[in-house]
Amino acid sequence: MTAKPIAGGRGDAATAALPRPRVSPARGLGRLLEDERSLAYLLLAPTALILTMFIAYPFLRGVWLAVTSATVGDPGEYVGMKNFQRAWNDTIFHRTAINTFVYTGVTTVFKLALGMWLALLLNREFRAKRYARAFILLPFIIPTVLSTLAWQWMFDPTFSVINWCLWQLGLITQRINWLGDEYLALISIIIVNVWRGVPFYAISLLAGLQTVNPELQEAAAIDGATAWQRFWRITWPLLLPVTMVVVLFSVIQTFADFQLVYVLTRGGPANATHLFATYAYQIGVGAGLLGQGAAISLALFPVLFVVVVLQLWYIRRTETA
Amino acid sequence: MAMIQGSGWRKVAVFYAPLFAFIFGLLFPFYWMLVTTFRPDGELYRPWNRANTTPFWTTHPTLEHIRYLFTDTLFGTWLYNTMFISIVSTLISLFCGLLAGYALARLRFRLAGSLGTSIFITYLVPPTLLFIPLAEITRTFHLTDTPWALILTYPTFLIPFCTWLLMGYFKTIPKELEECARIDGASRVQAMVRIIFPIAMPGILSAGIFAFTLSWNEFIYALVFLSTTQQKTVPVGVVSELIRGDVFYWGPLMAGALLGSIPVAFVYAFFVEHYVAGLTGSVKG
Repeated sequence: MTAKPIAGGRGDAATAALPRPRVSPARGLGRLLEDERSLAYLLLAPTALILTMFIAYPFLRGVWLAVTSATVGDPGEYVGMKNFQRAWNDTIFHRTAINTFVYTGVTTVFKLALGMWLALLLNREFRAKRYARAFILLPFIIPTVLSTLAWQWMFDPTFSVINWCLWQLGLITQRINWLGDEYLALISIIIVNVWRGVPFYAISLLAGLQTVNPELQEAAAIDGATAWQRFWRITWPLLLPVTMVVVLFSVIQTFADFQLVYVLTRGGPANATHLFATYAYQIGVGAGLLGQGAAISLALFPVLFVVVVLQLWYIRRTETA
Repeated sequence: MAMIQGSGWRKVAVFYAPLFAFIFGLLFPFYWMLVTTFRPDGELYRPWNRANTTPFWTTHPTLEHIRYLFTDTLFGTWLYNTMFISIVSTLISLFCGLLAGYALARLRFRLAGSLGTSIFITYLVPPTLLFIPLAEITRTFHLTDTPWALILTYPTFLIPFCTWLLMGYFKTIPKELEECARIDGASRVQAMVRIIFPIAMPGILSAGIFAFTLSWNEFIYALVFLSTTQQKTVPVGVVSELIRGDVFYWGPLMAGALLGSIPVAFVYAFFVEHYVAGLTGSVKG
């Protein structure tokens, strides 16, 4: 994959000779850089090197770890499918799998709906629009761990400001233990993920909306279409390519999420809110069972693979269309 | 769109009210971070249903939490570490991404298609898939607990992004510019560095800013690869050193969250347009 200088001059003399009016000295390097192919490989070499060393190799290494009994400090031995079997029979793993799918599904629907709504609002002309847009992106740019800490403080069982407000409004008499109850904890995590994701959807969709010709809307309005009809018949179909890409990106990120759960609950209470990534961390890093942990994080792979294939297929299709 | 019909109240109901609700909801946690930072402990640890005359602000602001952060923890060191790691890994990624993006956008060679696709695929690989084997690999290379463990692994998600963004940018620059330079005797490399890269400056800036915020934000690699307090980054340091067992030091925690966000917010404030261009470019095929 890296630049092999063998291809340097040989065989490419014809192409290299054409667009070179002032023939520079035929020194090795100069010739190499002037040749389209060898230059390309040379330019791609650093990227290929880093990505091979720190993505391709770790991936293979991870697959190998998953079929061994490796622990920290002990390379272990080949154990076949045992780690996967153990995960398959593990009730916490079942719960983790269900959580991951529910979390991804529910948050995606909410992020898309709210993000679309916000994008449509921002697509109007109003004063201070630039500031509104800049502020709205804050949840997305502030480091997730740090903003999630603020949420954790707001969800605190004893000092929760959310509880205070609900109590003042007369909506509750008992405190709500946001992160202490297994279902409520998952809901809280979903709320924070939606909060963090909406700006990304809104700003990406807004960029898409700005390419939709307003005359189409106006024409439809004159023909008597309601705002609701105009959205579903004009805006939504025209925006679909952007929406698809945004959703696929976000699904990958959400499905492989780690930070939110790690900060808010560490997978608790009683391992009820783990996602694949946090459970893999608990087993692989917390307990030091590298083989078992690697097997759990590989559980992410089939779904990621499908989404990536979908995305590639979709981009190809829109490129050729 | 000049489609706002109806008068006063209708407009408030369908436009201003939801917009303000969104802005309020999206910004409240940051406001709460700010208030908590300056609130004395006595006011912080008031049970939720105790009578409270100043629930949303404080009349006794204090700098105690910030002082604690800088004198009793290594927050300053963490800030420096995060800054160093983010800047160096961003520079490495920009360098690689520029060269690779140029090659993929401009040069014709046999593997162009498949290399482009594989870089795109690595762009979609989440760090959570690889952290266990990577932890082992950094240990083999004796990088564990050094900034280099992160400086060398952050580019795995930054380079694909930079390449992808810059490739799109290079494609919009007319080929003729380069051809003119080459007719005037410039070599391929000269044309690339002197003509194309300067024109691509806005794209480079977008990619750089976005990459910087991504590295500042990174958590799982930093959590797994670093262990001593001196080496930690802000997100990891705040989470691991200000929560001890079951005890949460909420004042310093929120002060740390606030101050740890400021560098990113600062960069963002100056380059909003570039950031948004990077964000929207990152999802465009």
